[in-house]
Amino acid sequence: MKHIFSREFWGERDVEQYIGKLLRYGVMLSCAITIFGGIIYLYQHKGIMVDYSPVPTGMSFGVDEYLRELNTIFPRMLHFDGAAIVQFGVLVLIATPIIRVAFSAFSFLIEKDYLYVVITLIVLAIILANMLLGLH
Amino acid sequence: MFYQHNYLRLLCPVKAIKESASLERKSKTEFPLFRYDMSLELFTFILFLGAIAAGFLGSLTGLGGGVVVIPLLTLGFGVDMRYAIGAALVTSIASSSGAAAAYIKEGITNVRIGMFLEIATTTGAVIGAVIAIWLDKKYIALIFGCVLIFSAIRTITKKEDKIDPSAPADKLAEKLKLNGSYPTKEGVVNYKVQNVAAGYSLMTLAGVLSGLLGIGSGALKVLAMDTAMKIPFKVSTTTSNFMVGVTAAASAVIYLQRGYIDPGLAMPIVVGVLLGAFFGSKLLPKVNVKKLRLLFSVVIFFLAISMIYNGFTGKL
Repeated sequence: MKHIFSREFWGERDVEQYIGKLLRYGVMLSCAITIFGGIIYLYQHKGIMVDYSPVPTGMSFGVDEYLRELNTIFPRMLHFDGAAIVQFGVLVLIATPIIRVAFSAFSFLIEKDYLYVVITLIVLAIILANMLLGLH
Repeated sequence: MFYQHNYLRLLCPVKAIKESASLERKSKTEFPLFRYDMSLELFTFILFLGAIAAGFLGSLTGLGGGVVVIPLLTLGFGVDMRYAIGAALVTSIASSSGAAAAYIKEGITNVRIGMFLEIATTTGAVIGAVIAIWLDKKYIALIFGCVLIFSAIRTITKKEDKIDPSAPADKLAEKLKLNGSYPTKEGVVNYKVQNVAAGYSLMTLAGVLSGLLGIGSGALKVLAMDTAMKIPFKVSTTTSNFMVGVTAAASAVIYLQRGYIDPGLAMPIVVGVLLGAFFGSKLLPKVNVKKLRLLFSVVIFFLAISMIYNGFTGKL
């Protein structure tokens, strides 16, 4: 096994395959969390009637406040709140391609392709700024 | 989000009369096919089956899961457009990331083109998601309808590579090291990227649309890469798939913070579409997709028309 920080390791096609696997594992992990949370969610809301009917634009709309941010989802998740667990699975799914971009930055850095390190970091910065600034 | 079903209403004549008026109004509309009088378990189960079918068809026809999920939720289940878009975004991420592993193995994704154009698509995706929050739903339905029609037409039109190896490469493409090669049975094919600026602008538009509509807008991404940048079809398709996940993640963050991603919808949709797409990809080499694509494009076309109609009559 080649050393993970060596140039040979990142220079070969292998690295792309590792990234491909990472994506697949991310999706599988997210799926597992979502199914687990979903079963709890169904149990906790057993027999309830669904209503997702349209709400006119401009009126208050959306899921419960606590399902909108990681720092409120996480504590509820530990209390086995089904909806929070599903939402956490969705967060893992959203994080998967973002982590993939971060890996690419690293792989360009090892290749000493600094132009693409910068380009990749710009993409990451747009996503992270979007996440941190939020639009509340 | 929910209302507790009141079985007592059957025993209460006054209330029953009141409600019969609204029921009559609903029965006149063709869409949605299912509504209200369903328990969560049944709703989740039917939605799960629908999502499997959507993922299956989306992967067989190459349209992607997101395009199918929105009509399924809005027209089929009478779900608010914004929840449908949130669910479609999550679906796009799942199906793109799931497929990426297979594409990368073939070694034709151009990561540099993808990464460079992602600056455009993520910027666009953020703009699109912000517009979606303020724009009236009927305009979103209209735009979605138009994109659906465009995607349907793109699915059935013949795709040909018009690569001219002697054409001088774009200076910007050379500076950005976008030119590449890919392996074929006849040997390695080199390609040079053209019109980088035009491709970049089209990609920004594709990003805006995916932020606005929750779809991968793969058709538009491929168009930008094929027609403007003259990238071979094999490379553009896989590179577009690579980009869909990142673009969708950028706008999904905004949808999540606005509360448009509902766990009760996300669970059956994501799992169902992934399962369906898996079956679809297993079956893909064995079936003649040409007729299926044509049939599906016609269906999509009619779905598009009814999306526009229902959007403007305020039913979505």
